Amino acid sequence: MIVTFDIIILVFLVIAAIISLSVKDLLAAAMVFGIYGFLICLLWAEMGAVDVAFTEATVGAGVSTVLIVATILNTRRKSTD
Amino acid sequence: MKAKIFASIAVAITGAVLLYAVSDFPRFGDPRSPANAGVEGGSPSASLYYIENTYRDTKVPNLVTAILADYRGYDTMFETVVILTAGMSIFAILRVLRRDDAPGAPASAPDSSDHSIDGDHHRIIVATTCRIAAPLIQIFALYVVAHGHHSPGGGFQGGVMLGASFILLALSGSLRDTLVRFSEQQYLRLAFIGILIYAGFGFLPLWVGRNFLDYGALSGLLMTSGEEMARSHSMLGVEIGVAMTVMSIMFAIFANLSTRGRLHGGL
Repeated sequence: MIVTFDIIILVFLVIAAIISLSVKDLLAAAMVFGIYGFLICLLWAEMGAVDVAFTEATVGAGVSTVLIVATILNTRRKSTD
Repeated sequence: MKAKIFASIAVAITGAVLLYAVSDFPRFGDPRSPANAGVEGGSPSASLYYIENTYRDTKVPNLVTAILADYRGYDTMFETVVILTAGMSIFAILRVLRRDDAPGAPASAPDSSDHSIDGDHHRIIVATTCRIAAPLIQIFALYVVAHGHHSPGGGFQGGVMLGASFILLALSGSLRDTLVRFSEQQYLRLAFIGILIYAGFGFLPLWVGRNFLDYGALSGLLMTSGEEMARSHSMLGVEIGVAMTVMSIMFAIFANLSTRGRLHGGL
């Protein structure tokens, strides 16, 4: 466990979370959410939980981003919230 | 605006309480934490048991896979059922089963959103690259499934990767061409066959009077040298079942979401 690395990833994680919540363009939010998933995957891999990291990389960063994008393209792209 | 302020205050208070609770946690990887060493004066902890006995019991070097597929096989089986249920729910909500001659969807009209390779030269590089990449992804996914009890990976990850390779084909080429290779009938069937494989490995030991999912009883059927190897091989079988279900459901969800349940056209 490398503390500096952890802190860097955690800072980016918080930034990605805030951006994906606040951006009005849902497509951009979905992309940033994919980045969020990949950062969590990095964090888990670095902490030694490689199986969980693998699942997060495939499900969280990979397929769920595609599913969210597919949904957005069939609905509206702008958030009204 | 008022609701937003209240929500922010609630989030801030919850976050502060959670951060306060973190200070009571044991240090990262502390061997004397309750999870690792058991409650003081009580029985030895579960994680200690797994670390010491997993390889002896099952001959599987990857503890995580052994716990997920063997010791806690019941949980994993119903997690797979949850995936299947999610896919079936999306199918039930989105899938449009009526004929295309219904109003609003003229049947004879050419499918304007269908960008096949022949019709659109801008996509040919992307489509060709993805068509070359897809088999490599699938081979790696099969490796992840088959090697899941020796290295990180297993049924879920490999299944998602297999499903993702079909999604990649559908995104880069066209969903119609992908559905020719992996039709709706095939993926629905595969999803249930995967669950049946898992449940079959659970029910077979019942036949010889052992517990549900007690793979050790299968050593005669699988012709292994001992109960440990039977557990190892059964885990592989179970992972294959999980991979089949997850692959089918991932592709089914994508196909239904991207076409609003019509399964033609696509993004």
